[in-house]
Formats: sequence, C-alpha cells, structure tokens
Amino acid sequence: MRTADPAGIMPSAESAVSQQDVISVRGLRMSYGHYEAVRGIDLDVPRGEVFAFLGPNGAGKTTTVEILEGFRQRTGGEVRVLGSDPARAGSAWRARVGVVLQESAPEAWLTVRECLSMYAGYYPTPLPVGRVLDLVGLTAKAGDRCDRLSGGQLRRLDMGLALIGDPELVFLDEPTTGFDPSARRAAWDVIAGLRDLGKTIFLTTHYMDEAEALADQIVILAAGKVVAAGTPATIGGRATSATTVSFTLPDGLTPADLPALPAAVSAGRYGQVEILHEHPVPLLHALSTWALERGYPLADISVHRPTLEEIYLRLTQETT
Amino acid sequence: MSVVPKARLASTASLVAHQARYDLRSFRRNSRARIFTLAVPVILLLILVALFHGGTVATGGVTVKIAAYYVPHIAAMAIVGAGMVNLLITLVAKRESGSLKRRRATPVPAWVLIAGDASTSIVSSLGIVAVLVAIGGIGFGLSLSVAAIGVAVVVAIVGAASFCCLAYALSGIVGNAESAGPMTQLATFPVYFISGIYIPDNVLPHWLLDVASVLPVRPLAVALQAAFVPATNGGSRFATVPILVVVAWGVAGLIVAVRRFSWVPRRSS
Repeated sequence: MRTADPAGIMPSAESAVSQQDVISVRGLRMSYGHYEAVRGIDLDVPRGEVFAFLGPNGAGKTTTVEILEGFRQRTGGEVRVLGSDPARAGSAWRARVGVVLQESAPEAWLTVRECLSMYAGYYPTPLPVGRVLDLVGLTAKAGDRCDRLSGGQLRRLDMGLALIGDPELVFLDEPTTGFDPSARRAAWDVIAGLRDLGKTIFLTTHYMDEAEALADQIVILAAGKVVAAGTPATIGGRATSATTVSFTLPDGLTPADLPALPAAVSAGRYGQVEILHEHPVPLLHALSTWALERGYPLADISVHRPTLEEIYLRLTQETT
Repeated sequence: MSVVPKARLASTASLVAHQARYDLRSFRRNSRARIFTLAVPVILLLILVALFHGGTVATGGVTVKIAAYYVPHIAAMAIVGAGMVNLLITLVAKRESGSLKRRRATPVPAWVLIAGDASTSIVSSLGIVAVLVAIGGIGFGLSLSVAAIGVAVVVAIVGAASFCCLAYALSGIVGNAESAGPMTQLATFPVYFISGIYIPDNVLPHWLLDVASVLPVRPLAVALQAAFVPATNGGSRFATVPILVVVAWGVAGLIVAVRRFSWVPRRSS
C-alpha cells in the first residue's frame, strides 16, 4: 500500500544509518524458518523523544524490540542502537539501556528495596535506590517481599529496575497492560517525567490513548511492515482526513429539506444524519445558517475528527 | 578492543560477591529449598543410622561402622540435592518467570550471574556436609581428623561444582518449573539406590555397582568415604579415579550447558 507521510518522517531506504539518532534501523528482516516475521522495516528515533511502536499481535513488534534490545539475532538489515549493533554490544552498551519486560517477576524472595539494590550493583553509575522508589511510587512498599506485590506494583518495580542504572534509552514493552485507569495515569506521569529528564523512550503499546498522550512519533507495524509513520496528530493522514458532522433531523423533516451542502448526506432510520467532508467549516456554516433561520436547535450536533484508534484500525485492517 | 582495565577486574570480583550475597539471601528465605537440601539428608541419616544401629558394612574390602558408611553416602546425596536438584529447580523457575532474561538485560556479565547461583549451591553443599559430619562425629563416633576434613571439603567443592554444571545442562531439557522437581526425582532416585546411598553397597549385585561407578553419584560417595576411611580406598584419602569421574561429568555438563542454556522463557521462544 501507499503510506501517507505528510511530515516526511519515514526515512528512504537508500539513506545511510544515522549517527545522531538513538535508534536507527534500515531494512530490518527476521525469519523463523520459512516464516518472515519482520519484512524490511526502517526506523529512526531521535534523542529525547517518546517513540510509540504500535501494531496488532503477531505484527512483529516483540521480535523487533527483542532485536533492538540485543536478545535476538536478526536475519537481515542494519541496526544501530546508541551507535552500536545490539547483537554485538557489550556491557558498556547495556549500562546505557533500560528494559521493561512485558512479563516481569523479579526475585521472589527479596524485598523491593533489596531487589533494586541488587540491580543497582550491576551498573557503573546507578541512581539512588530511594529516588527510584519515589519515581515509580513504591516508597511505601520498599520493605515488602516481591512475591507479595500486586500485578501493577510488580510492573512498577520492573520499571524501577529498568531505571536504576540511569539509562539514556528505555524500552517499555506494554508498560500499563492490566493497570486500572488511575494507575495508568500515574505510569504516564512517570514516563512523561523520564522524557523531561532527557531520556529517549521506545514504547510498545496496545492503547491508542497511551500513544496519543505520550508519543512524539508513532510507527504502526502490520504483518511485519511499517504501514504508517508520523506524529499522533498527522499519522495516516489524520490531519487531512474527513470530519464527520452528525445530528438528528428536527421532527417531520427529511434529508431533502436540508440546504445545499458540499457533501453527500447519509441518513439513518430514526432521523440521524451523518455528513463526511474534508472541510468542516463551510459545511457547518451552511448548516448553522439554515438552522438559525428556521429556529431548529440541532441540540445533538457533533463534529468528530477521526481518532487515532480509528486510523489505526483502518491501517491495520487494510494489511491483514 | 575488549581489553579489561585493572579497576574493572577488581570490580568484577566484587560483583560476584555482590550477586552471591543476594542469591544466598534468597536461598535462606526459600523454605522449599531449605527443607529439600538441608532437612531431608539430616532426617535420612538419623533414620538409617538408627535402623542399622551398631551394625557394620563391608565396603571397599574393609568393614566399617554404620555411621562411617552413611555419613559420606548421605553427604554425597546432599551435594547432589543442593548442587544439582535445587539449582535446577531454581534455574528453571527463574527462566520461566523472566527473571533470567531480566538480569541478562543489565550490564552484568553472564558468568557473574552463573557464579552467583553456583556459589549458593557450593556454600549450601558445604553447609549440609558440615552438619552431617558433625552429627556423625558427635553422635555416632565417626572418627574425624584435620586431613579427613580437608579432603572432604575439597571433594565436596569439586562435587558441588560438577553437579552445578549438570544442573545448567539439564535446564535445557526441562520445559517448566512444575516438572523440574518430579523429573529430577525420577532421574536421581534409582541412581541413589544403585549407588548404595540408601542400602549398603555390599547387598547390591556387582554388575549394578559397575553401572553406578560410571554415573556421577557413586564416585562422589566413594571419594567422600575415602576421605574419612582411607582403608576403603587402599589406604589413600584422595580417591583420584572416582573424583575424575565426577569431574568428567561436570565437564560434559558444562559443554552441553554452553550449547543449550537459555536465558529467555521457553514459552516465548
């Protein structure tokens, strides 16, 4: 398919791997036997940004992230993370990278504080344990054993373990899956706080509101390929795609009673009307002039821009 | 490019100590591991010595008191329990919970993590052997000397390290934490029997003892026996051939472990 890319964010395949970007990927491929999970993707993540990596299950997200984290050997393409090839990077590189795993069960027999202290000992310049406890909101649980924590607290501990080494780049793999809404907001605050500290964040998520709230850049993956890239506001042609204006017709009127409009009107059985158009202002002007002259309140009128979720579903369904 | 500065080497040694401290702390709080590796051998020793009270065993061409037989044999079993069985269960549980992968994502070198687990196994092996020897010496008149204890410590360390390697090798074929326990019981129980751990080896047929002698458990028991009663080994406290058999198993385990060991959970690969 042709990918809409108004911001020109998607790199061209010919351009070289960037030295400035924290993550730079060209033509990444990964095959398991005959099955090709990742089919030539390009990514660029500038320093200090929150980069959201979206896609349905089986799109190749986890495989790609595990290659970037250095857990898997790719079968093709070029990858640079913090200037090194993660497949060959050593412990100095690992000290600059924090990883939050999708499923986490740290040391069952240690307390939260002991667990953070143990991990702190792995790094050359760790953050103080107390500061990390504060950052992830586990100060009150510091003396509790890890196997007595709730699911949400375990995820926060894992985030703490990823931050204890004071990394430049943090991989967050579905960091808020299973959180209640307030815990999710709290986690978002932590992630936004990390960006303010100048960290680069590579986030995979299933939640479009999460990507919208946090991300500077979004890439959508489907069936092993990048299907869209851009900012939350522009991705998939979101900024220029049609706006939906909808309302209920006043009693006794039919769509034929409406004034001349620049777009087709689709009407429901109970008088609901939907009009799709790229330029909502002239449309609204014509409608409101008509309603004002005749004294119709059009009380339920709504103007709806496509959500990120709608864009995402359209893009990923086209591919799969 | 991979030149390690001197300061870094010193810090690597302290890294191993750092890791071992937390691994030992986890072991102390893990009651399953404690009961399995510490309580079971002590109870078995007390039961067996009480059962055959005052008796003797003909082994290695000489006749020894019942305690002088069972202390080294139960100690061998305890080393297998602490060095291999407990480590194997811990390793598979850590791998499947993602804890190994979690640690692998940090700058700590792989061998430091392995050394942390291995030293926990060796320290707990030495601890349980010390308890068994003390029970034998104080309660049942096992004759102890500095030389006997010195050789026993060396054999226990070599044995524990070898069985650690076997645990790392076996972790590659055990799929989940639930089956790790039963699988190792199934593998070790018959070997304990034919190695003369539970029943004295003079009642076992020769061909069965020959089989047991090329497996790693009996040679470890024979080597420990020699440390306390040199007469069972032709007068030498240091049973070279059996110790080499144990080491050979350890090396074989290490070779398999290097090829098969996995940091990531089975289910996700």
